[in-house]
Amino acid sequence: MTDERAPLPPALAEIAEDFSSVSQSDRLQLLLEFSDGLPPLPERLAGEPDKLERVDECQSPVYLVVELDDEVDGAAGDRTVHLHVQAPAEAPTTRGFAGILHEGLDGLSAAEVLAVPDDAPYRFGLAEAVSPLRLRGMVGMLGRIKRQVRLKAGLL
Amino acid sequence: MSTAASDPKIDEYAHPDRLVTTAWLAERIEAGEVGTPGGIVLLESDEDVLLYDTGHIPGAQKIDWHTDLNDPVTRDYVDGEAFARVLGSRGIRRDTTVVIYGDKSNWWAAYALWVFSLFGHEDVRLLDGGRATWVAEDRELTRDVPTPDAVDYPVVERDDAPIRAYQDDVLAHLGKPLVDVRSPGEYSGELLHMPDYPQEGAMRGGHIPGAKSVPWAKAANEDGTFRSRAELEALYQGEQGLTPSDEVVAYCRIGERSSHTWFVLTHLLGFEHVRNYDGSWTEWGNSVRVPIEK
Repeated sequence: MTDERAPLPPALAEIAEDFSSVSQSDRLQLLLEFSDGLPPLPERLAGEPDKLERVDECQSPVYLVVELDDEVDGAAGDRTVHLHVQAPAEAPTTRGFAGILHEGLDGLSAAEVLAVPDDAPYRFGLAEAVSPLRLRGMVGMLGRIKRQVRLKAGLL
Repeated sequence: MSTAASDPKIDEYAHPDRLVTTAWLAERIEAGEVGTPGGIVLLESDEDVLLYDTGHIPGAQKIDWHTDLNDPVTRDYVDGEAFARVLGSRGIRRDTTVVIYGDKSNWWAAYALWVFSLFGHEDVRLLDGGRATWVAEDRELTRDVPTPDAVDYPVVERDDAPIRAYQDDVLAHLGKPLVDVRSPGEYSGELLHMPDYPQEGAMRGGHIPGAKSVPWAKAANEDGTFRSRAELEALYQGEQGLTPSDEVVAYCRIGERSSHTWFVLTHLLGFEHVRNYDGSWTEWGNSVRVPIEK
């Protein structure tokens, strides 16, 4: 059976490979590492919930915002994407999802982020490890990230 | 080992041997009775599958409602063989005292306790106030994961009938007491899940005809501990007019919040015929031609 799915960008593909090459219980440990590794919000955004978007699909209060570098002689799609996510310590699974998306998407171009397939969250082998229900939060985060990129890059 | 908690508040309840305090647990841990061979087995059951891994009560092992207690294919609980594997691997024998605690006011802990009860595990208790109370009291947490020797847990056939209701049972039960433990917005049909949660899972909103709205949280204090017996009696027997001999069915969205209420009615108030309808709103609100009230 050939994989007819749209490809993931390289950093995200590498993370997916890391997850799929380990056992279920190690997948949870890896997810915990991503949770522990999620960078805090930059100071200018911390304590400014109005500047962030609430991710309603998550079972915990999770907020994110996308920032784009200014355009340099290129098309809007070339603008570099910066992702900031805030998720509480009591929600390590959600933090782990945010950590994966941060490591996989931060620094990509707007066009590359928009090309990420919407089913990407299902490609980490996490459905069995954390249950499919719990993956909805990650789907919600990705959808909101892409929507913000589209809006802010003017690529509607 | 099966010493009761002996606490003035807990002693008031119908089955005081089903609830322990954080102080009792801390003493047992101090005395080396938790996680040692033949001792008490402590389990953490959370909404968030990774929360345990960020730090837990010393000696506690993780049990997950999804990956350990649900059948991976059919929407059902595990069978006797899988249950025996899950418990045996955690060093639990049929006569072991098991204490369960968790996040979110013990919803998932109560849910796990209810599943243990489907298999008739005799001595299973909740930690009053759950994880939040332990943390609020600044008690020790660790990331050390115990590695107990596996023991033999017998393969016991699950006995659903006394405490679990299926959709057909609920249809036959209409007219008798039903307790809807969801939030008021879910009961009225305005929401399909708790406020601030993803609104997923049902084609129709509303409640089962005749169900009374008693949100689970009314049974808990702000800190997640259970309300006193007198307060619980005032709520369920006073305000709602239920009596301990009533046949009652409790439900929510998937059966976890209603496990909390099932625990309150059964073990704290001594109701004898309470069933948890775990299909709950995700089944009822998606079923064709079942009656709904708004």
